[in-house]
Parts: sequence; structure tokens; C-alpha cells
Amino acid sequence: MLEIKDLHASINGKEILKGINLTIRDGEVHALMGQNGAGKSTLSNVLVGHPAYEVTKGSIIFNGKDLLEMSPEDRAHEGIFLSFQHPVEIPGVSMVNFMRAAVNEQRKYRGQPLLTASEFLKLMREKRAIVELDGKLANRSVNEGFSGGEKKRNEIFQMAMLEPTFAILDETDSGLDVDALRIVAEGFNKLRTPETSALVITHYQRLLDYLKPDIVHVLLNGRIVKTGGPDLAQEIESRGFDWIKKEVNE
Amino acid sequence: MNPEQQYIELFEQCEAMICKHSAEVLNAPRARAFADFKQLSFPTRKIEAYKYTDAAKLFAPDYGLNLNRLDIPVNPYDVFKCDVPNLSTALYFMVNDRFYGKALPKNNFPAGLLIGSLKELSTQYPDLLAKYYGKLGDTSKDAIVALNTMLAQDGLLLYVPKGMAVEKPIQLVNILRADVNFMVNRRVLIIIEDGAQARLLMCDHTMDKVDFLATQVIEVFVGAGATFDLYELEESTTSTTRFSNLYVHQEADSNVLVNGITLHNGTTRNTTHVTLAGQGAHIDLCGMAIADKHQHVDNNTFIDHAVNDCTSNELFKYVLDDSATGAFAGKVLVREGAQHTSSQQTNRNLCVTRQARMYTQPQLEIYADDVKCSHGATVGQLDESALFYMRQRGIGEKEARLLLMFAFVGEVIDTIRLDALRDRLHLLVDKRFRGEMGKCQGCTMCSGK
Repeated sequence: MLEIKDLHASINGKEILKGINLTIRDGEVHALMGQNGAGKSTLSNVLVGHPAYEVTKGSIIFNGKDLLEMSPEDRAHEGIFLSFQHPVEIPGVSMVNFMRAAVNEQRKYRGQPLLTASEFLKLMREKRAIVELDGKLANRSVNEGFSGGEKKRNEIFQMAMLEPTFAILDETDSGLDVDALRIVAEGFNKLRTPETSALVITHYQRLLDYLKPDIVHVLLNGRIVKTGGPDLAQEIESRGFDWIKKEVNE
Repeated sequence: MNPEQQYIELFEQCEAMICKHSAEVLNAPRARAFADFKQLSFPTRKIEAYKYTDAAKLFAPDYGLNLNRLDIPVNPYDVFKCDVPNLSTALYFMVNDRFYGKALPKNNFPAGLLIGSLKELSTQYPDLLAKYYGKLGDTSKDAIVALNTMLAQDGLLLYVPKGMAVEKPIQLVNILRADVNFMVNRRVLIIIEDGAQARLLMCDHTMDKVDFLATQVIEVFVGAGATFDLYELEESTTSTTRFSNLYVHQEADSNVLVNGITLHNGTTRNTTHVTLAGQGAHIDLCGMAIADKHQHVDNNTFIDHAVNDCTSNELFKYVLDDSATGAFAGKVLVREGAQHTSSQQTNRNLCVTRQARMYTQPQLEIYADDVKCSHGATVGQLDESALFYMRQRGIGEKEARLLLMFAFVGEVIDTIRLDALRDRLHLLVDKRFRGEMGKCQGCTMCSGK
């Protein structure tokens, strides 16, 4: 699915990623943990092609294609989805128009027929149920006036609409109460198939309790310094990161 | 030669002809207007109110006029097929400054309502019109208003008598039509008496490729408790220059909405002067401009809170692309004793390119102490984080930009209190942003063209 090799990336001339190697196979969920400033969000931004980040070295191959050659929208069309850490408010653009544009652009790219208005609204209704999102949302502007929990649920709703093969969850658990966390996590699990993969960025064990990652990585100072099974996340939850730092002498 | 000279000579030579082809009510203030014009000069950029629109330069070229009122062979009812679904307006036309009175539609308006040629109706109702004509458009202050008053021979009258509610929206399509570079001086007089209600939509179009210079003076009297909506939609050409002076005088508890939309133009200067003269009067003054290439849009507004307990709401938005320039000046005057005034002004602007320029100038002058006044102005670019968010969802950069620009002006369109017009404008603005409205192709309010 995804193969990252010796990836270096910087923002405003400052190198943040210093040689990332990461392979994610079909159906796998990987967790990426690490302290603030380790480069977790940089990695997710580079994967979706944020223009502020510059890749200085390395490669990213996604389903056999060179991801770094693609525009952000084409990466989306190829099946990459980012659940934003801070979803953006877009006043004046309704959720319906936003999602209709997104779904139809994707269908155009894939050579599928565009959805009719009624087909589209039916799809919206079905997918809304997955994250128990209020129907009134459809008429509101994108994320405008949404609570923190609603914004994160809205991210998973959009993921349900676009059915990506590879999803990045960037601190989707931040700012969520226990109930909202459960709804978001269960919503994500309902969307999983043996063909879909995910990279879950988090500080905490509680989201991983729901998502049950196959592999856990620890990112430190722009490099992956430790990789293990689900028990690594539990160990970090109880012991923190210092012991890992000592292990790698940083 | 200074730019005023050709107009002075024109008037001296043609005064008799101008008067002969007009009516007494319009002729009465000409001499005074001429005297004022000779005293004044066309405003240059040295005048604060015209800092961004050089009127003197724009009036300098030589334009043809039709003072002898030669017939222009065009039947607008044939040229413009209007079949907007659900927007069934009472449709009228003005070709240059001439109200088109042939083949008038049957609108079954209640008896007493007057709509038609200002010249014809002022001959029929001289006493009524003399009371109002030229009473708001002060010729001693602005050379352009003086010039219009000197030269205007016809235009539109809308008179809605006391207590009459006109259900059907009235639509006036103005068409500029000429074979040579041409000047038009149009006059509009609107009288909405106490308790009356009406809605007027004026669409400005240019049919020919020559250069046009059009001046317009609109005087609106709104009586106590009356309600009036005025929508102005400009879809002209890049070789059209428009100077519009709108005066609104409001009595107690009247409610007025003015929404001026510049969808496509050349050079536009709209000057709006609102007097809230009776307690409880309310005005919503809105405007929107979409400009690209070298288009120029300048809205200069003045709201006079002359008495207490009046409210005003101002909202103007501009989207400027390419090398377009925009200007907005909004002055609000709260006079001594105008307590409990509530006044809000917002001007937000998007400059899509580095070359686009926006000049904005809010101005409050307050002489009362128990008032609520606010203003805000911003000039910015499209929100990059919103753009990226949309692109991550698969919406291409171009489409994402369009959606954001469309959303930006949506707020102004939503102030329109005519559902069908509002929907139609959403569509027109969408077309405009997509570049499908490069030139005026006739009345785009109408899908037939």
C-alpha cells in the first residue's frame, strides 16, 4: 500500500523529518506516537501534499505510484484521506455543496458517473448515521460553529463519504470526551475493510484501545526510533517516552 | 481646454432644443444647474470623495448625444426575451434615457400607481412631480449631478400612492445602444408615499461595442411607514463608464433596502446619499462587486442619521481579480440629538491577485452620546488553510477557489428579499466567477439570451 523510504522534509528551511522509513501493507493499522515536535503532523502533512512542506530527499510510493509527483487533490482521488487535527471552518460553503463537489470530483477522476441530487442526499443520510451526526449539519457551513466533538465526527463522516483506502488520523482523539471518542472510533472501525489501511497519530492509549493497531511506531526527532506491537503503546502509556530516549541516546 | 468647456458650450448652443424635447418639470431647474456647473469643476483625484475615480478625465472625451430625440429603432421586447422561472416581474425598458412606451405589458396595477416616462408623466401630473423633482439631487455640490440636471430629458417615474402595496416586483431594464461613442444622462424619480410598499429591480446593460458614458440621478422619497426595495444590477461592458448618484430620503418608520450589484462593468462610480429624516427609519444598504481585467468599481456612501431612533446597516463586499481596482468609502453622520441611533457598517474585500487594489475608508462622525455605531473593513486573500482542506478532499484548486469566492459574496446576495431574484443571482455570480460572462450578452436576468 504505502512505502516511505529515507524521507527528509522541512518547513521554512528547518528540517523536521530526518530519514523516515515506513511500510504499511493492505489492511494494516499503524499507530505513530511521539512527543510534541517529534514530526508526527509534519509526516501527515507531507503525505497529503501540504504546499508549506518541502521534501528534500527520499520517496513515497503509494500503490505503485510516486505520491510526491501528485497534487493534493489527486492524492485524495487515489484514496488518501487526512482527518485533520484542526478541521478548518469554511463560512458560506455548506456541507452539502462541499461534499457534493468532493464526491463528484472523485467520481470524475475515476471515470464513474456523477451522482444525481437524490442519490447524493441518500448517501449523505446513510453515512451520517455511522457517526451519529445531526441532519441539520447538511445545511450548515463546513465546520462553522461546530463543537470540537462535532468537528471530529464530521471528519469521520467525510471519510465515510469518500471511502479512502488509506486514512491518516491526526490526533483525532484530541478534544473529545469519552462518548465522542467512542462514536468516532467505532465509526472508523465500521469503515475498515481488509483492503484499507490507516496511520493513527496519537499521544494516548485510549484511542488505540478501540482501533487495535497492528504495529506501533515511536517518532523521535524526525526519525522512527522504535517499532513494536500493540504492547509498545501500553508501555508508553505507563512509562512515558524517556526510557526510549535513553535507549537511543538522545 | 478644460473638460467642463465642451459641456458649457453644448448647453449654451442647445438649451432650446434640450427643453423642447423635454417637459416643464425637468426644464425648471436647468438654468440653476447650469449656473452651478459653471461654478464647479469635475472632481479630480485631488478631491477626497473622488480620490480613486478621476471624473475629470472620464468626462474629457467627446461623446455624441441625442438631444434632438431621434428615434432609436429597437424594440427591446423583441431583443430581450424574459422568461425567468418564478420571477414574474412587471417588465419595462429604457433605451438610453428613453422610456420605451410602445407595447407596454398589461400589469393590472391598482389605479393610482404611476409608472412610465418621466417626461410624459410630468406633463400629465406637473404639480405632483414638481414637488419632488430635483429636490434631493443638489446641483450646487457635485458637477456631475449639475450636468445631469442640465442635460437630462427623460427617464423613469415610479409613483406609489399612500397605503398601496404593490405585490408584483417591477423590473426596469436599461439598455445602452448607439453606433458612435455616446453619452446618456438618465433621470429616475421614485415616490413611495406613506404606508406604501414596492420593489424595483433595475438592470443596466450595454448592447454595443462603442464607448459609453452614462450619468444617472435617482431620487427616492419614502414616506412614513413605507417599505421600498431597490435592486440595481450592472452588467455592462468594459467600455462603459457609469456615474450613478442615488438619493434616498426616508420618513418615520420607513424601511428601505438598497442592494447594488456590479457583476460586469468598465468604470463604475456609485454615490449613495441616504437621509434618515423621521424617527424609526431603517435602511439596509448593501453592495457587491466582482471585477477583473482593468475594471474599476467605486462605491461612495453617506448615511445621515438626522433624527433619533433610526437604524442603518451597511454591507459591501468586493472580489477583485487581475488588475481590477475597487474603492469603498462609507460615511455615517449621527447628528446632535440623534440619540438611540444604531449603525453598523461592514466592508470586506478579497484581492485574488497581487495586482488587484482595494481602497476602503470607513468614516464615522458622531455628535450624539447615546448611540451604537460600529464599522469594520478588511482586505485579504483567500483563506489558504480552507483551500488546502478542500483540496485534501479532492476538490481541485480552481474549483476550491471558486467555492470560496462564491461563499464570500453569498452573504450580500442573501440580503435580497425576492426569492427568485436571489436564486437567479447565485447562478449569475457562479457563472461570472467561472468566466462565462465575459461580456454583456443581453439581459442575463433572462435565460432566453
